[in-house]
Amino acid sequence: MLNFTLRRLMFTIPTLLLISFIIFLILDMAPNDPTGNLPLTIPPEVRATIRASLGLDEPLYIRYLLWCQQFFVNEPLNLLNEWFGWCIGDCENRLRVSSWATRSPVVDLIAERMPQTLWVVGMSYVVGILIAVPIGVISAYKQYSWFDQFGTFISMIGFSVPTFFTGVLMIVIFSVWVPNDSIFWLPSIYDTTHKVDDWSSFVFQIRQMAMPVMVLGLYNAALISRFMRASMLDNLTQDYVRTARAKGLKEQTVLLVHVLRNSMIPVVTVIALGIPQIFGGAIITEQIFKVNGLGQLLIIGIQGADIPLVQTLTFLFAVLIVLFNLVADVLYGLLDPRIRYD
Amino acid sequence: MNLKHLIAGTLGAGLLASTAMAGGHEAQGRDGSVNIIYWQAASIMNPYLSGGTKDINAASMVIEPLAHYDENGAMVPTLVDEIPTVGNGGVSADLTSITWKLSEGLLWSDGSAVTSADVVFTAEYCMDETGGCQQLSKFGGVESVEAVDDLTVKITFDGPKPFPYGPFVGSTTPILQAAQFADCMGIAAPTCTDQNFGPIGTGPFTVTEFRANDSITLAANTNYREAGKPAFATVNFKGGGDAAAAGRAALETGEFDYAWNLQLAPEILADMEAKGVGTVLSSFGPLVERLMINLTDPSADLGDERSTVAHPHPFMSDMAVRQALSMAIDRPLLVEIGYGQAGKVTCNVLPAPAIYDSPNNAGCEVQDIAGANALLDEAGWEMGADGVRAKDGVRLSILYQTSTNAVRQDFQALIKQWWSEIGVETELKNISGGVFFGGDQSSPDTFQKLFADLEMYANNFDGTDPEAYMGNWACAEIPSPENAWLGGNMPRYCNADYDALVAEMGGTADIAERARLAIAMNDMLMQSYSIIPLVHRGNVSGIVNTLEGVKLNAWDSELWNIADWSRSE
Repeated sequence: MLNFTLRRLMFTIPTLLLISFIIFLILDMAPNDPTGNLPLTIPPEVRATIRASLGLDEPLYIRYLLWCQQFFVNEPLNLLNEWFGWCIGDCENRLRVSSWATRSPVVDLIAERMPQTLWVVGMSYVVGILIAVPIGVISAYKQYSWFDQFGTFISMIGFSVPTFFTGVLMIVIFSVWVPNDSIFWLPSIYDTTHKVDDWSSFVFQIRQMAMPVMVLGLYNAALISRFMRASMLDNLTQDYVRTARAKGLKEQTVLLVHVLRNSMIPVVTVIALGIPQIFGGAIITEQIFKVNGLGQLLIIGIQGADIPLVQTLTFLFAVLIVLFNLVADVLYGLLDPRIRYD
Repeated sequence: MNLKHLIAGTLGAGLLASTAMAGGHEAQGRDGSVNIIYWQAASIMNPYLSGGTKDINAASMVIEPLAHYDENGAMVPTLVDEIPTVGNGGVSADLTSITWKLSEGLLWSDGSAVTSADVVFTAEYCMDETGGCQQLSKFGGVESVEAVDDLTVKITFDGPKPFPYGPFVGSTTPILQAAQFADCMGIAAPTCTDQNFGPIGTGPFTVTEFRANDSITLAANTNYREAGKPAFATVNFKGGGDAAAAGRAALETGEFDYAWNLQLAPEILADMEAKGVGTVLSSFGPLVERLMINLTDPSADLGDERSTVAHPHPFMSDMAVRQALSMAIDRPLLVEIGYGQAGKVTCNVLPAPAIYDSPNNAGCEVQDIAGANALLDEAGWEMGADGVRAKDGVRLSILYQTSTNAVRQDFQALIKQWWSEIGVETELKNISGGVFFGGDQSSPDTFQKLFADLEMYANNFDGTDPEAYMGNWACAEIPSPENAWLGGNMPRYCNADYDALVAEMGGTADIAERARLAIAMNDMLMQSYSIIPLVHRGNVSGIVNTLEGVKLNAWDSELWNIADWSRSE
């Protein structure tokens, strides 16, 4: 197992380098201009100076190698310096990957946005799983019952109605229709500067997370509950289930120990592969509730042609996807005794 | 006026004076927090590194220029006691230099004194060629900026400058603190993250926390020059979302006190306002949505000489055609459909400030299809069997281009309909804004190349002085392959009389005389129908009803007077 993991990790290095180069090429070929959104009153000569100051007049390979050096060498060195105080080389004037729009290090921007994305999108994933697993189990066990029909209906809605609709609908109901002083009133705009330090601020945090988490949670639950149901149905008809029942095991044990554990194998993979999406942020939901996490950062970067920001973010997403693919493979081996990698 | 009125008036004035006195003694920060939402989040607090409106507005709460423009476009002293003019000796008689005198006793928010060295430093900071300063054009023609003494700054230009208020007037060019930015010159400018996110300023607020592209928290500046101001202790400046969400937050839920730039369909805005929580404000700068007629031939057969002055347009060069096109347009309907409160009918390409607004072209306000038809008949354009007019084998068939934008496509459809009623065939084309305004030399679809018979877009100018803007339509400004298609004269209008007026304005300092010249230039363009103005567009923002003192300003940052804002209750 360890060998397998190490071997796979070695393979990810060339894969990721290739991905980073492809991302760079795509961004370079895209018709965007960081000065394109400036007011028309700024004359073309000034625009040319701005582009030159951003290093855009350098040839492609120089810009790519520069980014590689900043991202793969300078940023890790800077992290060592910040976390442990180790100073290697010229740590005062080290050139870090900087965003063009904010003129600040991209990694700092990402770190600043991590908490709200993990809280809101991560929590919605947890909520989604917590809702989806029981629904999937019951739906499968009582196939074609009214509960199954209802569950199918709800998950179809959750899956097919886009979050930009459910999100705005919830805002209209809970922020606009419900009076401001009611306990059911929920804020439509997420306050990223809010700090939880006592009970009332915790309650406020729950309230401002409620809508985005539910909207996204519904969407995630819809997807996972369908997988759970299908996987349970596959297992319920297997011979070992009949054997277990014939041995006189309690129905509860049959269902929750034997069938559930086996049914979880594909579902765990789906869940693991979905985790990078948490970091990717839920672009639309973040935009609707003004959560301003990583998804919104990416969108602003794309709109403003902030290439270093977009390049770094997309590359980090690629890293996460590659890593969680590996995690899913390793989990397979752990959960399913039939699978052995060595 | 009888005695009773006089007494009442005196009493009233006395009462006002006493409440004003009481206001003076009220403490800073008495009204708690004010919440502002900008649906485009601020990225940086340094206008020299970002020309974006959102960034300039955010920065204007913290750093200030020497003088601001008020809501009417008039200059008001900010860090100085008076605006230098030729009359008070602040501007030299030969118009080549301007001398600003800082007010005494001004302090930065960190408690140190504001001196002329800071102003000189700011000029050097922006004029450094390697820094990529985005406000460089404001410093055009500046030869030197020097400190005469601790409070006096002299700006010398390389020639006579009739309007010397480019640098340090308006929120685009605020004063930076030399001590803070000393290590941020030139190529180091972008690396100064802490400085760019939290500049030390003289404005009513200071930055407590800056989260790029997300939110800014600000607190009242305890060293602010006016006692008892600002009334708010903190500002929560939130970014993100879209215009509809921002409008909802200020006009429907009341979560935010101020929502910037509510570019929404008029009926949506009216519905939101009907909730009674907030009010929509609008203000008008010089932004005009206009049709630019191509006076040269855009035919693709001409190759490299396409849309150049070498070939006059086959039918647009006939003034009767251009006039008929203008007469057929129902401008009040365009305003109603496209902009509502955010638009006004205009017959001038220069509708503001008020002194420059020409009174001579009001005729365009009423649609006149019959008149347009008669005009074309008279000019010999005869209606063909297919409903399109023609003369000598030339058909009135127009390619009409603009950028992709819902309102603009509505306008195109309406105008096409009206033109069909006067026998003009119209083909519509829309181009992504990034390409249309992008200025890419290899693209045939830029607004400068104008490979079409006419195009529609909006433009304006910074500040209140129209000299550079009106100069756009001089012969030398015609875009062509020789000047890499740069230049603002999209109609390819060329008139020696017009050029003479441009030159005359360049040497005239008297404001009334400048207004006469600007109006004359505007009238020449309008009466030759080379530019057809459609809508005078404004800024629209929403505020909750409890917020007082907001004066929406189209000439400067919208938050220019945030020090005077307060809450009523």
